[in-house]
Amino acid sequence: MKAIVNVYLKEGVLDPQGKATHHALGSLGFKDVKDVRIGKQIILKLDAQSQEAAEAEVKEMAETLLANTVIEDYTIEISE
Amino acid sequence: MKKLTVSILQFPGTNCEYDTVYALEKLGHRTHIVWHKEETLPEKTDLVIVPGGFSYGDYLRSGSIARFSPVMKAVDSYADKGGLVLGICNGFQILTEMGLLPGALKRNNNLHFISKHQTIKVINNDNAFLNQCDKDEILTVPVAHADGNFYIDDWGLEELEKNGQILLRYCDSNGAPMVLNGSVEQIAGICNSRKNVFGLMPHPERAIEFILGSEDGVRMLKGFQNA
Repeated sequence: MKAIVNVYLKEGVLDPQGKATHHALGSLGFKDVKDVRIGKQIILKLDAQSQEAAEAEVKEMAETLLANTVIEDYTIEISE
Repeated sequence: MKKLTVSILQFPGTNCEYDTVYALEKLGHRTHIVWHKEETLPEKTDLVIVPGGFSYGDYLRSGSIARFSPVMKAVDSYADKGGLVLGICNGFQILTEMGLLPGALKRNNNLHFISKHQTIKVINNDNAFLNQCDKDEILTVPVAHADGNFYIDDWGLEELEKNGQILLRYCDSNGAPMVLNGSVEQIAGICNSRKNVFGLMPHPERAIEFILGSEDGVRMLKGFQNA
């Protein structure tokens, strides 16, 4: 099974990398960009019994290590 | 003067442990470097210092992997019993990742690695760390970090202010608040509510000789022997 964890800064927590990239896009003429958020993607391969079991396990990983929930949110996608 | 036994932790990627040993020995203390795989701290440890550097290459997030090293379990229970812990720079990041200190340290607002002598103002000195410094005193101490942008939510900030947990703020040479890296309220260092765990981004161990630009770090580190 494969799990994709996306980690990004919470809404309301200023993202300095996103802000700098937004500024650079503006300088290049991409005027329509309203906001840029930069995060990271963590791709895991797992031996799990079921989709539900995998999701529960990855959630625990995200809470303990993969994300710092003081400043970051995360999403989990599980696929076969 | 009370001679302290100081345990200085070492992770793969730590690079300030020997400067910290030098500074503490210059103040007359006994030091031990403790490898992160150790499961216990040396007997009679009076102070644990989590020094600066780039533990685990700052992979994932600064301090996020080091906090799970075996020695950190010992540090956690040492702090729980009221033991004194000081985290400098990467050490501060590790202590926030562990939850021994509130908040988190994000990438600097300007995305630069900031390395220079910086003026900081003493906000609270009624603690085991800064008791040799005066309130509102301006100190000059080196900073060297990419992830020093302290974040805490409004509720957390209120708690810090209410309990006198803000230790230091970045300021200009006249003492006016100065934006260095985007930290909330220009915070450079804090402690926990019990006032036995301390963390700061500036490096007092690099400010102990006048010939190297400043000796303000001496009075900062001297606090512990009077605690």
